[in-house]
Amino acid sequence: MATENPKVELTLPVLQDMELVATKTAEVVANRMGLDEMKTAEISMALIEACINAFEHSKSNNNVYIHYIIDGDTLIIKVGDSGVGFDQEVVEIPNIDEKLKSDRKRGWGIKLMKELMDTVEFESTAGGTTVTMTKTKK
Amino acid sequence: MSDFDLKVREEDGVIVLNTNGYLNNFGGEAIASVCLQKISEGKRKFLVNLEKTEMVNSIGASILIEVIEELQGVNGKIGYCNLAPIVEKTFNIMGISKYAKIHTNEEEGLADLSS
Repeated sequence: MATENPKVELTLPVLQDMELVATKTAEVVANRMGLDEMKTAEISMALIEACINAFEHSKSNNNVYIHYIIDGDTLIIKVGDSGVGFDQEVVEIPNIDEKLKSDRKRGWGIKLMKELMDTVEFESTAGGTTVTMTKTKK
Repeated sequence: MSDFDLKVREEDGVIVLNTNGYLNNFGGEAIASVCLQKISEGKRKFLVNLEKTEMVNSIGASILIEVIEELQGVNGKIGYCNLAPIVEKTFNIMGISKYAKIHTNEEEGLADLSS
């Protein structure tokens, strides 16, 4: 049965490796859309990073909400948390040469999301953060 | 929690680590722990076979950067082989492949590292 902009909603508790539940759902949705294997893997990897950010950086033990929306040939994924939010302007773009000299090796999530998806946008307030990512079949 | 297994052996002076499962923080720490132990025993060449690891996350991969840093301090080398396309792309985006050679398979990696 056809539905306009079909949507799948997922609620994840903040538990170790729950991001893999999100990737399994993404695989089913991407397969439904006929996305190829590499695009599906890119979506899964970006989703892992979005979930980890939501789990870790939200400073909140609340659930993380994921919406998968099929909009024609485009998959829209929204990952939302109800944490304290963050300021995009202060997020540094990581570089391997600098990371090798630094005590902090982490901080790659946003870079990976932006490289792997077609678009990535953040809406962050003191009440939480929602990242919206898209991937088009092309 | 996802399962992550690591098998370790030595071949032609190269420490070969075969992973199995999701390379998250625990997986990265398991690899780093073995590498640091072997470095302290004087080993300098490492090959990580990721054939049975379909997915990594950036936390696990970040821990691999620590291993690269440690090996730079002792003139050591690390390579990776049998990467899933998405894992190779992730390593390229992060720049790991700038400091650790990516090999098609274990034979190629061993030949390069043991020479």
